[in-house]
Amino acid sequence: VNRVVITGLGTVSPVGLSTPSYWAALTAGQSGFGPPTMAAADRINTKVVAEVKGFVPADHFDSRQISLLDRVSQFAVVAAREAIAQSGLSFRDGLGERTAAIVGSGIGGQSTQDESFKRIYGENAARVNPLIIPRTMPNAPASQISMFFGIKGPTYAVSTACASATHSIGQAFHLVRAGAVTCAVAGGAEAQLTTGTVKAWEAMRILAPDTCRPFSRERKGMVLGEGAAILVLETLDHAAARGADILGEIVGFGMSADAGDLTAPDPDGMLRAMVAAVADASLPPAAVDHVNAHGTGTTANDAAETAALHKTFGAHATRLAISSTKSMVGHALGAAGALEAVAAVMALHAGIVPPTVNYLGPDPACDLDYVVNEARRRPLNAALSNSFAFGGLNAVLAFRRFGA
Amino acid sequence: MVDVAKGVIELVSGKVRNRQGPLQMSDALETLGLESLDVLELTFAIEEKFNIEIPFNANTEFDFKTVGELVHAVEGLVAKKTASA
Repeated sequence: VNRVVITGLGTVSPVGLSTPSYWAALTAGQSGFGPPTMAAADRINTKVVAEVKGFVPADHFDSRQISLLDRVSQFAVVAAREAIAQSGLSFRDGLGERTAAIVGSGIGGQSTQDESFKRIYGENAARVNPLIIPRTMPNAPASQISMFFGIKGPTYAVSTACASATHSIGQAFHLVRAGAVTCAVAGGAEAQLTTGTVKAWEAMRILAPDTCRPFSRERKGMVLGEGAAILVLETLDHAAARGADILGEIVGFGMSADAGDLTAPDPDGMLRAMVAAVADASLPPAAVDHVNAHGTGTTANDAAETAALHKTFGAHATRLAISSTKSMVGHALGAAGALEAVAAVMALHAGIVPPTVNYLGPDPACDLDYVVNEARRRPLNAALSNSFAFGGLNAVLAFRRFGA
Repeated sequence: MVDVAKGVIELVSGKVRNRQGPLQMSDALETLGLESLDVLELTFAIEEKFNIEIPFNANTEFDFKTVGELVHAVEGLVAKKTASA
């Protein structure tokens, strides 16, 4: 089996349009929340969302390309471009055939679909744009990355709601570890912030009216986000042979399903995914020192995740430095796991744990160390990144600092 | 107002999982076996039926403990809407 290392990171987020700006904001505890500005925003009650701000498509694409790319694919390609540039890889000379592109999205090209349906049902339009289908399809981000960069190996999307990106990275990790491919470009993208989608989330009554306060008392729910993040993975042998800078290592992946409630979290399912990831990594649980939590800020998730962390780690749970970066970037659904994977890799690399901000004080159901409100310097060796999706689908990645 | 009570009880009855016989105003909602998605659907159905907005966030406790409290809250919201119309 191959060791699987990370040689590139790319990010488009509500707090920064590149990995360095994203990481600087996370460690400074800056949140990217604000009032919604999308079309027909006056129809929604939600006061706070995490939009990607300052993203100008023409800065990244020519007009012909833009006509083919929904916002979700634009985010994905921009994040991939950054990650691939950092890796120094080119896929044009045969390597593309030995490279995978696995990119998740929970929803796909939502703004394209919204606009088309508004015209058809709302305005009785006789005809619509011919590119709606290829812009909307959930595999568009994966396909666009494949086409932009010449990646010709296994290419597909994984759609598991809030775990889409974590499942995608895990699948890519499996392919590289097994030797099915040499390299992989993996992550997730989401651009769901349309009035139609926000209304649907409002109907579930789990959006916070004020802000996202994971693990805090008086937390009132999640803040919706958007963005993309992409990781470049390759075998250690390939990276070492070309003298690449190695940013971190993926050492394990665990998955489970609750087979229970459609939306309510289940600590047992979370536990089984974390245990599987730690076992797959051949890590003693006490070697894990950081967890980038799912940490949505809902009453139910944060209590269930805390219970699952206690069960997974026993007495060691109290020594974990746990962060919910959703307190700053919101919940980007199918991109969340990739944004959080980037944060976990950067945390290990830099020896800095990003904070869980907006924290007011302890809730008896959440009694661990959530690195509240301020980042913390701490040498780190291994981290988990948790994603627990609607539909009861759980995915957990285990990372190790390279050289640890 | 009688109509509101009847309508609310009808909608709640449709979601009850573990109780035989007609609902009483004193029945505690949490004893009726409603699951989290039942509560969401019920809230939506009541809002649709009476064209009101029920202020309810699933992250906080459901404000209404009994069938009667729910009925009274809906009656209040309906009355407020009628008064402002």
